[in-house]
Amino acid sequence: MVKHYGKLVYTMSRTITIKRGYDIKLKGAAEKTISASNASSIVAIKPTDFRFVKPKLHVSPGESIKAGECLFHDKNRPKLRFTSPVSGEIAEIKLGPKRKIEEIRILVDKAQTHYKPFQKSNPADLSRESITEQLIESGCWNYIRQRPYNLIAEPEDTPKAIFVSCFDSAPLAPDLNFIINQEKENFESGLQVLQILANDNLHIGIKAVSNGNTETSTPASFEKYIHHIKGPHPAGNIGIQIHHISPIQKGEVVWHVHPQDVIIIGRLFTEGRYRADRIVVLTGEEVSKPRYVKAITGQLISDLLGGEMDANTIRIIQGNVLFGTTSSSRDFLSFYTNQITAIPEGHEPEFLGWLLPGFNKLSLSRTFFSWLSPNKDYSLNTNMHGEERAFVMSGQYDKVLPMDILPVFLLKAILAKDVEKMEALGIYEVSEEDFALCEFVCTSKIDVQQIIAEGLDLIREEG
Amino acid sequence: MKILRNLIDKVKPNFVKGGKLERWYPAFEAMETFMFSPGEVTGHKVHVRDAVDLKRTMITVVIALIPTLLFGIWNTGYQHYLAYGMEMTHMDYFLFGLEKVLPIIIVSYAVGLGVEFIFAVVKGHPISEGYLVTGMLIPLVLPVTIPLWMVGLAAIFCTLIGKEIFGGTGMNFMNPALLARAFLFFAFPAFMSGEIWTDLSPESGQAIIDAYSGATNLVIYDANYQNMQSIADMFWGFEQGSIGETSVFACLIGAFILILTGVGSWKIMVSVFIGAAAMGLFFNGIAPANDPTHYLHTPFYYHWLMGGFAFGAVYMATDPVTAAHTEKGKLVYGLLIGGLIVIIRAFNPAYPEAVMMVILLMNVHAPLIDHIVVQNHIKKRLRRATQQ
Repeated sequence: MVKHYGKLVYTMSRTITIKRGYDIKLKGAAEKTISASNASSIVAIKPTDFRFVKPKLHVSPGESIKAGECLFHDKNRPKLRFTSPVSGEIAEIKLGPKRKIEEIRILVDKAQTHYKPFQKSNPADLSRESITEQLIESGCWNYIRQRPYNLIAEPEDTPKAIFVSCFDSAPLAPDLNFIINQEKENFESGLQVLQILANDNLHIGIKAVSNGNTETSTPASFEKYIHHIKGPHPAGNIGIQIHHISPIQKGEVVWHVHPQDVIIIGRLFTEGRYRADRIVVLTGEEVSKPRYVKAITGQLISDLLGGEMDANTIRIIQGNVLFGTTSSSRDFLSFYTNQITAIPEGHEPEFLGWLLPGFNKLSLSRTFFSWLSPNKDYSLNTNMHGEERAFVMSGQYDKVLPMDILPVFLLKAILAKDVEKMEALGIYEVSEEDFALCEFVCTSKIDVQQIIAEGLDLIREEG
Repeated sequence: MKILRNLIDKVKPNFVKGGKLERWYPAFEAMETFMFSPGEVTGHKVHVRDAVDLKRTMITVVIALIPTLLFGIWNTGYQHYLAYGMEMTHMDYFLFGLEKVLPIIIVSYAVGLGVEFIFAVVKGHPISEGYLVTGMLIPLVLPVTIPLWMVGLAAIFCTLIGKEIFGGTGMNFMNPALLARAFLFFAFPAFMSGEIWTDLSPESGQAIIDAYSGATNLVIYDANYQNMQSIADMFWGFEQGSIGETSVFACLIGAFILILTGVGSWKIMVSVFIGAAAMGLFFNGIAPANDPTHYLHTPFYYHWLMGGFAFGAVYMATDPVTAAHTEKGKLVYGLLIGGLIVIIRAFNPAYPEAVMMVILLMNVHAPLIDHIVVQNHIKKRLRRATQQ
């Protein structure tokens, strides 16, 4: 085992073993088949998918638009352009309270998609500047996100490194190797783009399998960037991999891109167009046939699921059960969503729930008898299983956070708004999703991710 | 169940905001959530939650206390009839003990929960589950002869001064049950030390036998440790002492439950035992060779068996709120508790039972231990940053 603190040494087999963490085993894993989704007549782009972006519209209802043409730019960072994933006619700009732009709805061309042409080229022949320009122009830049703060990368910055995690360890997560294998060439040219943007500081995390034959779809030419990562969730989280490979200090930025988005970036250069279709995995016990579907950003969720679901009894989540956002059948597929999970809501009070043996209750503590059957798949609903209390138990978070961080002390520094202490305890290295399991296990039912988000917002304003 | 649920739903509107009994909502809410785990659903980010909550955690500790309670009840009767030289059945021992111990438990829970309810209603915060455990711990660390009004007073003291003035469970810095005991110890020393450990209620036609002595093993230890009861007696708990503390075996069953369920910290328990053993061995090394009855010669494992050591290590030192919160800190905290107990037992003959005071002392110092651990962590992080 190589501990990746300090300077990196490139060796052929770099294995990082994550010991702390937990795999929540849920019912409703997807079968490895890819089916087409129902075509949506309306596609919507939601500016709210992008944190801290204030949209300035470039289009108005009635105008026709091609895939890859600009819908709006960001008032805070005017360079950032957000483009249409489809061609068609702008149907409606949906405004929310205070005239906030919530959705830009586009009536999709039925016959065929018209793409705005971009330069087709081998990324290796291009300079970093021209690559950046093409990415920004096409809207593909928005797939590149930065840590700290988990927002769209700043094109002016030179990142310390770029990370791609080629496996997702979250509950019921898609098999990213399976997805990458559908478009290997585009994935490779996408990686080439990142390699240039990163000035060669590229890190690719793949799952280490115990028998030594790592299942990987990463091209051989990228072997030297690969890290083998072993262990339970959150081993696949980009934040955990950054922490173990190249931890972020104050003033540094690290970029990261999801493998599906690497493919889309690759297409921009191999096909010369912004083709934004992706594979979304439908999971959870409320999904009648959990499977992979081909989808396009902004598609109606019910078209993906093949029907409406009752919002009172079923929770539809864009993402996984740990750090996804609550959605509904009438909602549209968000920009960064690769997974949809549907689980039952848990409104039913339970008689003497705290006293029963609980053979079907999942808990990391062994206070329920379910620990006697460790390999069972659980049917979990959204019930809180208790009420919020002050911090009582200690050491719980440490068991599921594989980082050199003292979680409770960091949270208390955030609650006290003590910026100096937050920095000393490593706020720059964390993101909400890395603390999702802490929130899951918390006996006192504290909204851990919410507190981390507040801390990051605070430090961003102060910094 | 349905009937009960309907009843609760029917009266609920009176207690919610705007209802005529709105003030009493915390009390109502406590009763409601006691009967039914709430149907509240996840809101922010995580959509599923671990099934454990504070109620379940606390009830697990209470379950872990049951072996000491049952043995304590039996032992109360056993010690009573032993003093009269009477051979009785186990059932007789148990029933006698039950008659004496049950009122103490009832008073402890009734008074303590009463104070919690009043506070919750006045301050409008939910009732925390901490007292489920405290209410059971208080009777177990008191002598069976304690007057009931003192139990009530101790329950009020520990709830008010030990918890509520700091903001309730989770905010207190000293173990409430030990605080209750310390309060009685200093306020009413005559009822907390001396020959008070066995209930000597008169038995018609029987007189206390001559061989009876009210001295506990800790008192004997001061004079000559070799005169203490056998190791087996002290391990199984056939000795005088506070109701729940005597049986090391029962405490170990509790420790097993706490460690297995993950509710109690094994790090603290083990390090308390190791701390005491290390200090005991050290004293053996410096003990005067020409005086074989000198108390420094006491074998280290005697300290594990004497007095409330095991009970303190398993149930008191592990209180997650008042112990050290960092994983490294827990080891230091436990080692210091174990070591200090042996030091005080050895060098303070006037006060041989050190467990209570040492744990309270270390409760006060736990934040300091954590502070040092956190500072070291920060320094290590800085080093890592500058090395790059």
